[in-house]
Amino acid sequence: MPAVSKGDGMRGLAVFISDIRNCKSKEAEIKRINKELANIRSKFKGDKALDGYSKKKYVCKLLFIFLLGHDIDFGHMEAVNLLSSNKYTEKQIGYLFISVLVNSNSELIRLINNAIKNDLASRNPTFMCLALHCIANVGSREMAEAFAGEIPRILVAGDTMDSVKQSAALCLLRLYKTSPDLVLMGEWTSRVVHLLNDQHMGVVTAAISLITCLSQKNPDEFKTCVSLAVSRLSRIVSSASTDLQDYTYYFVPAPWLSCKLLRLLQCYPPPEDGAVKGRLVECLETILNKAQEPPKSKKVQHSNAKNAILFEAISLIIHYDSEPNLLVRACNQLGQFLQHRETNLRYLALESMCTLASSEFSHEAVKTHIETVINALKTERDVSVRQRAADLLYAMCDRSNAKQIVAEMLSYLENADYSIREEMVLKVAILAEKYAVDYSWYVDTILNLIRIAGDYVSEEVWYRVIQIVINRDDVQGYAAKTVFEALQAPACHENMVKVGGYILGEFGNLIAGDPRSSPLIQFNLLHSKFHLCSVPTRALLLSAYIKFINLFPETKPTIQEVLRSDSQIRNSDVELQQRAVEYLKLSSIASTDVLATVLEEMPPFPERESSILAKLKKKKGPGAVSVSELEDGKREGGELNGGGERGSDPSAIAASNASTPSPSADLLGLRSAAPIGSAAPSAGSLLVDVFSEAGPAAPSSGANDDNFLSSAPSSSSLGSEDPAPPLPESDELLNKFVCKNNGVLFENQLLQIGIKSEYRQNLGRMYLFYGNKTSVQFTKPVEPLVEGGAQVQQVINIECLTDFSEAPLLNIKFRYGGALQNITLKLPVTINKFFQPTEMASQDFFQRWKQLSLPQQEAQKIFKANNAMDTEVLKAKLLGLGSALLENVDPNPENFVCAGVIQTKAQQVGCLLRLEPNAQAQMYRLTLRSSKDSVSKRLCELLAEQF
Amino acid sequence: MMRFLLLFSRQGKLRLQKWFTPLAERDKKKIIRDMTMMVLPRAPRSCNFLHWRDLKIVYKRYASLYFCCGLDDKDNELLALEVLHRYVELLDKYFGNVCELDIIFNFEKAYFILDEFLMGGEVQETSKLLVAKSMEESDMLQETMEEYMNKPAF
Repeated sequence: MPAVSKGDGMRGLAVFISDIRNCKSKEAEIKRINKELANIRSKFKGDKALDGYSKKKYVCKLLFIFLLGHDIDFGHMEAVNLLSSNKYTEKQIGYLFISVLVNSNSELIRLINNAIKNDLASRNPTFMCLALHCIANVGSREMAEAFAGEIPRILVAGDTMDSVKQSAALCLLRLYKTSPDLVLMGEWTSRVVHLLNDQHMGVVTAAISLITCLSQKNPDEFKTCVSLAVSRLSRIVSSASTDLQDYTYYFVPAPWLSCKLLRLLQCYPPPEDGAVKGRLVECLETILNKAQEPPKSKKVQHSNAKNAILFEAISLIIHYDSEPNLLVRACNQLGQFLQHRETNLRYLALESMCTLASSEFSHEAVKTHIETVINALKTERDVSVRQRAADLLYAMCDRSNAKQIVAEMLSYLENADYSIREEMVLKVAILAEKYAVDYSWYVDTILNLIRIAGDYVSEEVWYRVIQIVINRDDVQGYAAKTVFEALQAPACHENMVKVGGYILGEFGNLIAGDPRSSPLIQFNLLHSKFHLCSVPTRALLLSAYIKFINLFPETKPTIQEVLRSDSQIRNSDVELQQRAVEYLKLSSIASTDVLATVLEEMPPFPERESSILAKLKKKKGPGAVSVSELEDGKREGGELNGGGERGSDPSAIAASNASTPSPSADLLGLRSAAPIGSAAPSAGSLLVDVFSEAGPAAPSSGANDDNFLSSAPSSSSLGSEDPAPPLPESDELLNKFVCKNNGVLFENQLLQIGIKSEYRQNLGRMYLFYGNKTSVQFTKPVEPLVEGGAQVQQVINIECLTDFSEAPLLNIKFRYGGALQNITLKLPVTINKFFQPTEMASQDFFQRWKQLSLPQQEAQKIFKANNAMDTEVLKAKLLGLGSALLENVDPNPENFVCAGVIQTKAQQVGCLLRLEPNAQAQMYRLTLRSSKDSVSKRLCELLAEQF
Repeated sequence: MMRFLLLFSRQGKLRLQKWFTPLAERDKKKIIRDMTMMVLPRAPRSCNFLHWRDLKIVYKRYASLYFCCGLDDKDNELLALEVLHRYVELLDKYFGNVCELDIIFNFEKAYFILDEFLMGGEVQETSKLLVAKSMEESDMLQETMEEYMNKPAF
């Protein structure tokens, strides 16, 4: 059935295509194309009206030229004209052109939408499908606006043809992904779920994609789909291979539908209804059993389709993570695939096992395959398979096998493919740090890493090793010795020189007793690398040299001579020259005491999340924003998908050593806006009396001169650690609470802090809830602990002494699995919390308004609306602010006015507020007047962020 | 869902491109370049799957043509491989022993067949019979359209 000869072929087009193919060079091709473009342009511009066929032919030629990679800037109008043709093929070409080449020319979109509207209304199924395809292909917001209401109607209408239903379902899915706000749930929602029962397998196949996506976003509304999906799946799984006729694919009944059903079930937890669950478990068992049966066909299509279902079933089992029996069977099945002769299956088995490794039921079972996986890393011919093997090793690593895995990864690195080296290096560095029991092993590993793959060792990795060596005095001597030995190698990587320079500069004295590594030998060794290094490394070495002068006075003459040499002191690089000059002077003028003070050993680094881990996450992260587009809405801010990180680590539970954010500890420091009792009232001071139950007036005893109030004077072990600077997002978090008193203040992977607060006059009480999101204890040397999953509560009593503009700081420190966490947030206490509402009549309001007419009493801002300008929302926010919202006061009903008195201990400050929305411009004008300029100003700043 | 489908020859000439999500032309060109550079040098009998940025890439070679698609992170690679195969079967059924030239000279048909099979990156109809039937119907339509349109709407 050679359809080509069906008479709809376009001869002119075929000739043009062969001309292009016959072009000997790129230039000839461009010439031919330009000739054709000129021809088409003249035809389109000509006086003679073109018939439909010619129009179709030329539009098709333009499309071909575009697909060759050339720009097309005309012909859109002709394509749109084709849409309204009565001839199917003309219409079809018009739609194809639009789908491929549409641009957001709004004029054109309106015309296209019109044509689509006509076709959707035509009740001709083929036309309707074309129109739906066009909407799905373009999927622009304008189209969503025009059709998001219509398509659900078509989808569930009783008389819609099956093929149209299929197109409508997928078209709606497309619109929902691009503009979820425009697709409104409604009466059609429940009917869509019942499409799972449709007679027509094609309709179910198409509809289920839509249902899956909707369920992910609104799980509750679509709950009923679970039992429907289970019974549908059960019918397919138990059907004979020929029952489903054309939906059987190489003896596998409905593989696409089966996989989509299994995927839909992954949106939900295991079914609660025992019967449904039993039926589902039966299905999963049948699928696992079928994997052991002899194949019904030797064709690869048969095994692919069968295994596609199997892998999807395994994904569901892993998702449920509640059936140990099935998990172990899944793991065994994947274990078989690890040795399968089909490369694709080995690849997928490695990939699936990565997720299986994070389940506590199957982690041990996955570990039994370690030898096979290591073997895969060594012997697989295909780099993408080796990459998966490396990922799996990373995922299955724990304390028991860390040394083996790290050693294997290191040896693999020696000849690893360039494309994956950097990631491998990061992984080795992370595992080495995470599972280091003795830190000499850690140091060895990282130095080996630098030796083997120095080029791929990013700054984060060598910074990290230095941080760890500095923070742990038990490893410093060993590190100095090892790095000294590593530097002996004739050719060593610049990163090694950096680590060596830093560590010997700090801890060279620890090995200087050995005559083989005397100070001068150390110095000469470092300096022998100097001329091979880049400027930043040289700068680092110069600093190491001046530290040497401090550590070993006997090296002073030698080093001074080096610094004095022309190549240093007159170096063309400003940084190097400056260092040489300054260090030389410092060493000649300063007394040993001064030198010792200046060059004192580096203080320990604050512990925080490993920078390497952050880097690995970033690497795995949404690197492809352009591709992933923003259809998931929330995705941009979100955590990346795990990146191979294991959620909970059973071995870490045993290892952690106990403590927590607790009322009696020093985890909470509050920094007041200004020194307590400050004489300057304009700076204002807020006294926050934390933990009043621990005895009133604790603050002053804990205060130190930078007015950091440590709530517990008894604090000790961590006292040396400075509180971290406030998180960058702390201002944003603060803004969330201006108009409300309760909510979640902060959340990361470990910790959630909730807040409940109440205020009366100038007093307030705030409850802080610290929730531990992990399964591991948060620990501190002082009671209490926060158990995994548990929450502790803390009460803060607040008194406002005078007005203020800076929020107090909340500093939290705790240990999680050995790492000290240090988080500083702004406590959401803002001046408006001390508002007392004041009701007043219109004339009173304006009288007072006029009284507050000094320029400094008024603060005004004009700003763009960040949210929709919904009157009810605005009202709710203004009420939340704490002042009285006065109705019928402003002559313009669109405007809002409020009045209230800020209560502080020192004085009461009357405030008036006026907010004028301009819906057309999407702007607001906000005016505040109060008897105190700092209050007007601060309230204005706070409020301007709220709308 | 499938993000894109590309057909290119062994020489890296693009024969068909289908994008299921809106992308800037510049990004499309980058993807096309990356895909050809990544897939073409791979040894025969290598595994058919790759990771690229946050997407899964599935490709398969049929005679002189490579079929290559990009999938979301959670998608099923084996099934995607069979999507490619089913598309080849559909082309084959329509053109009869399809070859690269058929797709070059009838590129619009290749797009139409794809549209019958996939929509918005999801499988719309897996039945070979039904897809072939609707292609045939639309080919028939052109002769009878005039009469068809003159009939009253049903």
